[in-house]
Amino acid sequence: MTSGLWELVLKGTWTTLQLLVLSGLLMTAVALVVGVARTNRLWFVRFLAGLYTEVFRGTSALVMIFWVFFVLPVAFGWQLVPLWAGTLALGLTYGAYGAEIVRGALNAVDPAQREGGIALSFTPWQRLRLILLPQAVPEMIPSYCNLLVELLKGTALVSITGMGDLAFSGNLVRLALQESAHIYTYLLVIYFVIAFVITRLMRGLEKRLKAGIGKDPGNERTARAAKRRETTGVGGVA
Amino acid sequence: MSVETSKQNDDQPATTGTTSPELIRLEGITKRFGDNTVLDGLDLSVQAGRHVTLIGPSGSGKTTILRLLMTLTEPDTGTITVDGQRLFPASEKELRDVRKQIGMVFQQFNLFPNMTVLRNITEAPTTVLGLSKDEAEARARELLDLVGLADKADARPTKLSGGQQQRVAIARALAMRPKVLLLDEVTSALDPELVAGVLDLLRDIARTTDITMLCVTHEMNFARDISDQVLMFDSGRIIEAGPPERIFSDPEQERTREFLSAVL
Amino acid sequence: MKWDWSAVSEFMPHFWDGLLVTLQALALGSVIAFTLGLVWTLLMRTPTRWVRWPVGVLTEFVRNTPLLVQLFFLFYVLPEWGLTFSALTTGVFAIGLHYSTYTMQVYRAGIEAVPAGQWEAATALSLPARRTWAVVILPQALRRVVPPLGNYVISMLKDTPILMSITVLEMLGQARLFSQQHFQFTEPVTVIGVAFIVISYLASLLLRTLERRLVR
Repeated sequence: MTSGLWELVLKGTWTTLQLLVLSGLLMTAVALVVGVARTNRLWFVRFLAGLYTEVFRGTSALVMIFWVFFVLPVAFGWQLVPLWAGTLALGLTYGAYGAEIVRGALNAVDPAQREGGIALSFTPWQRLRLILLPQAVPEMIPSYCNLLVELLKGTALVSITGMGDLAFSGNLVRLALQESAHIYTYLLVIYFVIAFVITRLMRGLEKRLKAGIGKDPGNERTARAAKRRETTGVGGVA
Repeated sequence: MSVETSKQNDDQPATTGTTSPELIRLEGITKRFGDNTVLDGLDLSVQAGRHVTLIGPSGSGKTTILRLLMTLTEPDTGTITVDGQRLFPASEKELRDVRKQIGMVFQQFNLFPNMTVLRNITEAPTTVLGLSKDEAEARARELLDLVGLADKADARPTKLSGGQQQRVAIARALAMRPKVLLLDEVTSALDPELVAGVLDLLRDIARTTDITMLCVTHEMNFARDISDQVLMFDSGRIIEAGPPERIFSDPEQERTREFLSAVL
Repeated sequence: MKWDWSAVSEFMPHFWDGLLVTLQALALGSVIAFTLGLVWTLLMRTPTRWVRWPVGVLTEFVRNTPLLVQLFFLFYVLPEWGLTFSALTTGVFAIGLHYSTYTMQVYRAGIEAVPAGQWEAATALSLPARRTWAVVILPQALRRVVPPLGNYVISMLKDTPILMSITVLEMLGQARLFSQQHFQFTEPVTVIGVAFIVISYLASLLLRTLERRLVR
């Protein structure tokens, strides 16, 4: 492979990373808003949020991408830059999966914590912000990490619309070289490395957040007795 | 049976005397969970400053009374009034105003594991009562001193023993300067050797403050020490009420006698 | 927004053709995913790590990389190695292979969820290994395995449109072909989108009923 072709792959990787970060942010926002709405007191808020999850989890990510890239401009006259169109389609779709993670984690917080908040006369919003979310977020991280890897894999779909991401750059290289085994192997390895980095980062984050609520990730029972926990002193007795 | 918690024989130094105003009123309260009737047409009135202990076999509806007053659950029928404010129905805002006057200590402590001990105590005074951070912290440190945990301010609740956690929970409830303190079997989840410390603390609070206390407990000696009035519950009703000296030494009801001989 | 019902009715015959291909791909892909996943699970339980290690690496790699690129790999590389298959066959195999790395996790979890006491009881009765699997472990694991497998079938359904990128005319492929010929994009893509929502919603209802049956 010539350096020019490598440059193409590099550019594609950069686009994929941009798309991953932007759609990841949108996905997270959607997941939090919709997931929290699914635990709301009012039935129609719950209903709307439930409808959103059913619809966006029901549809195929690629069909959604087609819709945003090709139908939105024609039907509504909204022509988005490919990067934003990809962000929108992926963020909305994967956000619906994320909402289920958020809802599950919120429901898993001990109901007694909510009662503790009521007894101190917190508003529902204060209970959510000060008590429920800080305890639920660390529990979400493993599933959220899996979802991020799924999102990364999903970003490859935008190449079908002609957007110049990593997968697309692979197709260009294949056409240029008339050879495919090498370039697609490289591509898969690059995706795998990104996924690996995501997993590592998330594991570190989980460890930190769990320490913040006085929990050791992994084996809690043996860790409680272990002396090393007190000496590391993360949120410890000092 | 209707119960007034005014004093019959005024042999203890009463906080406000027989004329103290009524603070809590429950009328015709019925509460069912499925087929199970937990409270059955119950009436109860508590005057300000009284220390009332609720005793009786488990499942007889004692804890439900506290949970109703804390608005953690709603009655099926009947009315509840706290300091003149009706609870059900009431707007969320009105309920919050009532909750500000009521503190509750739970059997399982319910401390927030995501906050330090100090912030567990300061959070509600700052966000709910609008105290400044310094004021709330000064108040919290004073209370931590009172409960004997001044050195644990920056610890995480999960690193404390059950007894220590419960004392933090008591400090947290007191930081709101409530008029009423609800104590729901606060020593039931504790290891036996930790019970005395918590009970001594509560005796202190009962003696030195004018907070109205409603207390569900299985610790009969403690009940005898702190209460002005003991209510004996059975199957969702109050079957006997009176000052502790009489209830514990000379109960009128056969059912009370059986219960006491089983637990004492 | 312009909506043209005549375009919808013109598209419908193509839609049914596409649906048929989608369901074919889904059915065959599921069969491959279920069986290949079982093969991975069993290989991961062999005593030698010379088998476990490569299988673990391969499946981890496949699970963490995009199905689309795997599809390109199979579609363009296999012919270079002298193996030529139809686009649909390649696509079905790619989907089946990708999802087998998920079903293997489902099987493993299902087997691990059977309490250790069950193995011990079977040993105490000196049941032979084959019999232990057939009458004790698998029937108990099956109940835990069916709901998540069903969810992966629904996920596979939603990944079938990827096959259009290698010229398979499933639903989305039909929609794109139709729009290129008639310059009407809104109607076919929307019809496809609604179809996916309806099919996966019905499938999830079906799955929930099945789940309730199994719990009993």
